[in-house]
Amino acid sequence: MPIKIIKNFFKRIFYGMFATKKHVKLGFYGPPNSGKTTLANRLCKDWLGEELGKTSRVPHETREIQIKEKVEIDFNGKKLTFKLVDTPGIATRIDYEDFLHYGMKVREAKKRAKEATRGVIEAIKWLDDMDAVIIVLDTTKNPYTQVNITIIGNLVARKIPVLIVANKIDLRGARGKIKKIEAAFPEYDVVAISAKKGKNMEEFYENLFALVK
Amino acid sequence: MAKKKIKTRRSDKGITIQFIPYSEIAYLTSFRRVKKLVDLAVENKILLVQGKLAPEEEVDLIEETMKHIVKSKKSKFRGIELATFSPRSKELPFFTSMKEKLATSLFGDRDVITVIGPATIVREIKKDPTKIQLLLRK
Repeated sequence: MPIKIIKNFFKRIFYGMFATKKHVKLGFYGPPNSGKTTLANRLCKDWLGEELGKTSRVPHETREIQIKEKVEIDFNGKKLTFKLVDTPGIATRIDYEDFLHYGMKVREAKKRAKEATRGVIEAIKWLDDMDAVIIVLDTTKNPYTQVNITIIGNLVARKIPVLIVANKIDLRGARGKIKKIEAAFPEYDVVAISAKKGKNMEEFYENLFALVK
Repeated sequence: MAKKKIKTRRSDKGITIQFIPYSEIAYLTSFRRVKKLVDLAVENKILLVQGKLAPEEEVDLIEETMKHIVKSKKSKFRGIELATFSPRSKELPFFTSMKEKLATSLFGDRDVITVIGPATIVREIKKDPTKIQLLLRK
């Protein structure tokens, strides 16, 4: 693992010196049901006119890595091409019984739980391959979870630039909670958006371009 | 005199809390350290670990936990709840702070406590700078 991190670090420096950044591999990470796919879909709809993946109110809807190549974003006269990598939500526990509350049958819930555990492993494996990462958090939820701290800690260790997105600001429970996310991660830029409603996307793009410049 | 035998009812359920001192895991490889912690969590023990795992070890812990969920059929292992606590005061005098930093770099961060609880027992771990609150399942 440390060898891989060192290798990636030098690879990043090398590419930074000798190559112009054409394709930025942008990962969407975060806990389950925070709106990673909704945000990736928003970007794809805005710039390609098509969606990347299916969303649902049931957690762990994304259980496999979803990729959209060559998403060209033109913002304030600057152009960048992204490879969007939408990842399954990272969790420390997956209980099939949680899915039963959403009206699923036992067999279906067990299958979903099994696929979700594999998705978490896959998401972790992809951490090394990212050029930049968007951490998507649900503003209505507690940001001080160990999963959030672990993901960010690993990106810092790998020297991968991070932008934190406080998503779902359209929900009633989000009022006054953006400051809590800012307080939890004071070293990072936090952009408050609603990926579903397309709220505050201008500020998101501004921060995204600043992140990968 | 015959010893009185303490009778336990079948419905009595106990929770095991195991303290793992830093010395017990400090000299293990990352792989062994993570494996040891997950193996104990699978045995339905709540672990109080002296020290903190490295960020890379924390993702390895999540990965290992996921592998155990897939494998487990009889043990009904559903994962873990994880939290780290650092009770240290942030505003220490300069020399004390330097001394602490030196000790941490030499011997590891022993002031931090990592709590790992099996998700079948622990529903949530609430963090407070000086308190650990474990919300258990009924």
